[in-house]
Amino acid sequence: MTSSGTATVTTPTDEQILITRDFDAPRRLVYMAWTAPELVRRWWSGHRGAMTIVEIDLRVGGMWRYVMEATGGFEVAFHGHYRELVPNERIVTTEVYEAMPDGEPALDTVTFTEADGRTTVELLMQLPSKEVRDMVLASGMEVGMQEQMDLLEQIAISLQEPS
Amino acid sequence: MMAGIARTATTADAFNAVAEPRRRQLLEVLAGGERPVNDLVEMVGLAQPQVSKHLRVLREVGAVDVREDGRRRLYRLNGHALKPIHDWVKDFERTWSERFELLDGVLDELTKAEQGDEDGDE
Repeated sequence: MTSSGTATVTTPTDEQILITRDFDAPRRLVYMAWTAPELVRRWWSGHRGAMTIVEIDLRVGGMWRYVMEATGGFEVAFHGHYRELVPNERIVTTEVYEAMPDGEPALDTVTFTEADGRTTVELLMQLPSKEVRDMVLASGMEVGMQEQMDLLEQIAISLQEPS
Repeated sequence: MMAGIARTATTADAFNAVAEPRRRQLLEVLAGGERPVNDLVEMVGLAQPQVSKHLRVLREVGAVDVREDGRRRLYRLNGHALKPIHDWVKDFERTWSERFELLDGVLDELTKAEQGDEDGDE
């Protein structure tokens, strides 16, 4: 089963953003989809562009780098270093938006919790300040490309159908 | 005078109005229903002048409305004024929802592939 629009975003403190979402799959697979480059490539850009680079060195101290070419031609790049990895359970990583490389990076903690074959993912972003946190929240607007969404949603649905 | 103008400029939007923890607390209390100032003073544990100051900021952006009831002043929440904040967070939420819808598709395929392996068919 797939669901849509069920991710929730809350702001537990002035410097945090918490994203929560349930998936109808065991956490082993959710963790795999979160950490295998060829799988990340297929979902991380959402409907807002295409991934051009997905590099993942999945070990503590290892680096990841995602580059997306957004619809409209501009590049959006992020990278970070893994601080903590508990396979299938927990990822702690820094996150740097390369357009704003100065300043303290965000620290993301992703936890995967399984119950009855379903997995809850919680992504907690710890930002250095309220200003940066607010900027991250506002960034959703810059890349909003509403007119693309219907078309791309159909493609996503077609991916979900058994071949 | 200049200071007054500057202060108004920085406080007169919903985002600044809710940036202050005490003002968020006042909004949370008012979300439960209309309240006289005295109740608010008691519930947030600040002196009346400070509560009044925060309420003034909230009134400036329309986040609360006030009416006279005899000698009491009753405050209530006006959620509509906070909609810009809701919309703003919603857009970020939409970005992640898009990603997760695609991730659903990836997971669906992984699940099917595993089941296929186990069943030895498909």
